[in-house]
Amino acid sequence: MAGISLTSVTKSFGGNTVLHGVSLDIAAGEFVALVGPSGCGKTTLMRIVAGIEQASSGTLRIQGRDATSLRAGERDVAMVFQSYALYPHLTVAENIAVPLAMRRLNAWQRLPLLGGLMPGARATRRRIAGEVAAAAESLGLGALLDRRPAQLSGGQRQRVALARAMVRRPAAFLMDEPLSNLDASLRVQTRREIVAIHRRAGAATLYVTHDQSEALTMADRVAVMQGGRILQVAPPREIYADPADLRVATFIGSPRINLLPGEAGRDGLVRVGDRLIGLRCAARGPLTLGIRPEAFVLAAEGLPARAEAVEFLGESVLLHTRHEASGSPLVLRLPPEAAGRLPASGAALHLGFAPGAALLFDQDGARRRAEAVVAREPALV
Amino acid sequence: MPERTPLLRDLPRLLFLTAAGLLMLMPYIWMAAASLKPLDEIFRASLSLWPERFFAAENYGKVFERIPVGRYLWNGVVVCGGILAFQILFAVPAGYALAKLRFRGRELVFGAVMLGLLVPPHVPALPLYVAFSQMGLLNSYTALIAPFTISVFAIFLFRQFFKSLPDDLIHAARLDGMSEMAIVWRVVLPNAWPAATAFAIFSVVAHWNDLFWPLIIANGDSHATPALGVMFFRSAEAGDDFGALMAAAVIMTAPLVIAFLLAQRRFVEGIASTGLKG
Amino acid sequence: MSDLAIAAPHRRAAGTGEAMAAWALTLPAAIAYLLMLLLPTLATAALAFTDYELGLDGFRWIGLGNFAEMLEDRGFLQSLRNTLVYVGLVTPGSIIGALLLALAIEAGTRGRTLFRAVFFLPVVSLSVAMAAAWQYLLHPTIGPLNAALRVIGIEGPAWLSSSDTVLLSLAAIGIWENLGFNLVLFLAGLTAIPRELYAAAAVDGVPSAWERFRLVTWPLLGPTTLFVLTITMIRSVRVFDTVVVLTQGGPNKASQVLLYTLYEEGFTYFRIGYSAAITLVFLGIVLASMWLQTKVLDKRVHYA
Repeated sequence: MAGISLTSVTKSFGGNTVLHGVSLDIAAGEFVALVGPSGCGKTTLMRIVAGIEQASSGTLRIQGRDATSLRAGERDVAMVFQSYALYPHLTVAENIAVPLAMRRLNAWQRLPLLGGLMPGARATRRRIAGEVAAAAESLGLGALLDRRPAQLSGGQRQRVALARAMVRRPAAFLMDEPLSNLDASLRVQTRREIVAIHRRAGAATLYVTHDQSEALTMADRVAVMQGGRILQVAPPREIYADPADLRVATFIGSPRINLLPGEAGRDGLVRVGDRLIGLRCAARGPLTLGIRPEAFVLAAEGLPARAEAVEFLGESVLLHTRHEASGSPLVLRLPPEAAGRLPASGAALHLGFAPGAALLFDQDGARRRAEAVVAREPALV
Repeated sequence: MPERTPLLRDLPRLLFLTAAGLLMLMPYIWMAAASLKPLDEIFRASLSLWPERFFAAENYGKVFERIPVGRYLWNGVVVCGGILAFQILFAVPAGYALAKLRFRGRELVFGAVMLGLLVPPHVPALPLYVAFSQMGLLNSYTALIAPFTISVFAIFLFRQFFKSLPDDLIHAARLDGMSEMAIVWRVVLPNAWPAATAFAIFSVVAHWNDLFWPLIIANGDSHATPALGVMFFRSAEAGDDFGALMAAAVIMTAPLVIAFLLAQRRFVEGIASTGLKG
Repeated sequence: MSDLAIAAPHRRAAGTGEAMAAWALTLPAAIAYLLMLLLPTLATAALAFTDYELGLDGFRWIGLGNFAEMLEDRGFLQSLRNTLVYVGLVTPGSIIGALLLALAIEAGTRGRTLFRAVFFLPVVSLSVAMAAAWQYLLHPTIGPLNAALRVIGIEGPAWLSSSDTVLLSLAAIGIWENLGFNLVLFLAGLTAIPRELYAAAAVDGVPSAWERFRLVTWPLLGPTTLFVLTITMIRSVRVFDTVVVLTQGGPNKASQVLLYTLYEEGFTYFRIGYSAAITLVFLGIVLASMWLQTKVLDKRVHYA
């Protein structure tokens, strides 16, 4: 059964459409990362799931139940906000207790002083306190329960926000760039913790981020969004190695995928300039080739290019070159041992790649499949 | 991006605000209405706003005939202008020194400013009055303006604002060979317009409307401010002539209200941001 | 090392130059401060312990004599009581009213600027002239208010000339005068509340607008409310203009207020010493309300 299911959701503000018919299914227990550049509509989509915004059209189901027009509080989803959105006047314990108190206590029982006198209020409050303490303990917040948010570090605040979200065991978790306000080392550590929390809770999780490395490392599936549309939803490996769209290919991967102009002739054989590269394609006409930096090697024969600059990164080294024929910049990622014997700037060199490593895209950016062929000219390796 | 709520759902809010707004405007509405009516109509106490007999010319004519309206307004301009000019002249250099210069005694000066913020202008009034009367300065622009030439609030406000200007701006000006005085007026003040306009609006509104000090100092037409003018007209000339009295009230209220309506946003923000002193 | 050796004397020279410039820039303000604020304030404090009267030669130190006289002075005691009642009516009235209106304005997008301007208008209106307008509005026989009451069969009171209603009427005018000012401060406070907190409250299951107000708006508005409270108290302790124009403390001292008593004693009867003592009481009340803000309430509205 699907945890969260969006069907043809659109959203416009005034005359400005920010979501164009988005559909997305997240299974119960699945972790889906929604990644895209800022302004692509990913946060709006999340806020529609949360019930903070209303969709202009389309339907939303949470655990099979139509939630399109339910109020946020009735949807059984919890959300971690980018700014954490902790209540500054409440202690850590009180912050975490809010979602429970709002659901389990009635308006009378919630009153500040009188509330304690209402029948049943004490017992419920005790139960809530127990659950709050358990949630806090599991995130290492046990010693901080009486502090106010202003007295906490960024990482601690982030945990309080997580605790407030998980305490009521929601059907779905929504996380809006929850790591963007943490420093780099803490961010990497917290990634693993969030994944662990997700495994334990087993709820459908929608995780919005603009950071592709977060999306690739954490998610079961990654949804790449641009211009108010989801371009592809697939497991991280597939998103990287087998992108369905030129925009996905260029958005995912760092350094960016290398692009080369090519063409499929009437025989279907793909050429770059006048070179055959050992691929046959069903399409005809101009194509764009995408080749990941690590797919290139320096070879005795291949695409003629000229070396421009070298960047040493530690675990690898980047060689920046320019394709002679088209002037396209091409970047190679090489093992660090190569650093000592790279050609000097301006040197002519040849770039080889396995035919299968080249991704083909047509004029509209759609992916075109190709098969390797043995060409008359030797394939470049 | 807030979405526009449908008009129907917004209607209760709009009705509530409109009703409250009308209540708020009642004094203005009736003031304006009565200033157009002849006395017998006012005394009939009908609830009709529109005059049966249009009497504006007579009412407003009477005001201009009986009291020197122009004189009062001019006095208001002189007093407010004089006060503001001196306040800026004294407070801007002091605020700059407190914000950007290091000197022994700075903490003391700032402490004095903070202490001064606690004292309402009514507190030094008695000795100042005695002093001005000994010097024969009662009923003079000097006595109306002098006590307000120092505004600790202005010093405080400018200091806070100047502190936010980058130090490098001032270093650059010094390297260009400017004296500290030149830096104040040619570099710092031009960059402090938001604070300066906010303070100017605050100051003019406060002193245009002030009654306490002019009532003490000015005792004739020659130096009466608009606020005093309305008082004089009411007690001496008009008695129960509400039509003319309301006309006088409209005339004296108009300048600031018109200025407000023309620069609404600046006024609201100016007064809100300087709200500290009330 | 050699750089330091060269730089040090130079810096000292620059330091004294900077100090000289600083004092030169502060001097005009310092002189005006001394002459117009510090000395007169100290003089007021000193005069409060004398029997000085303008026109008479010389004065005697009478210690706490003026303050002892106050305790016997029906007019002063009445004015103190009236002032506190006035503050006690205007402060909650103008704060609650302003908060309600600010919430209503903030709740939608239509007419924000218009309504803000309407409610702010009294702040920039000549208070003496508006007092005259109120005098007409509240006039017992020809005033529109009583005329309207007559239509529904009620004989309205003589608002400003009956000792039962005069303070209430002045307080109503005071609320009208202060409302717009507080409203603008509240609007600024409301815009400063992070939108995400409202979103979080919605996701957390806050069931009603009232609960949302209690959980988010009211606590986060705390610093603003405290500021507005102090400002309104200080502004309303200063009530003067409306009393001068409308009642002159009457009828039968029913609207005698602190500043008006101070004014009468000092500038009508020229009893400077006694008036100075009243000034000190007035200052004491103002300082007490500020102290209340900084020492007592401040900790409860700032959550850092």
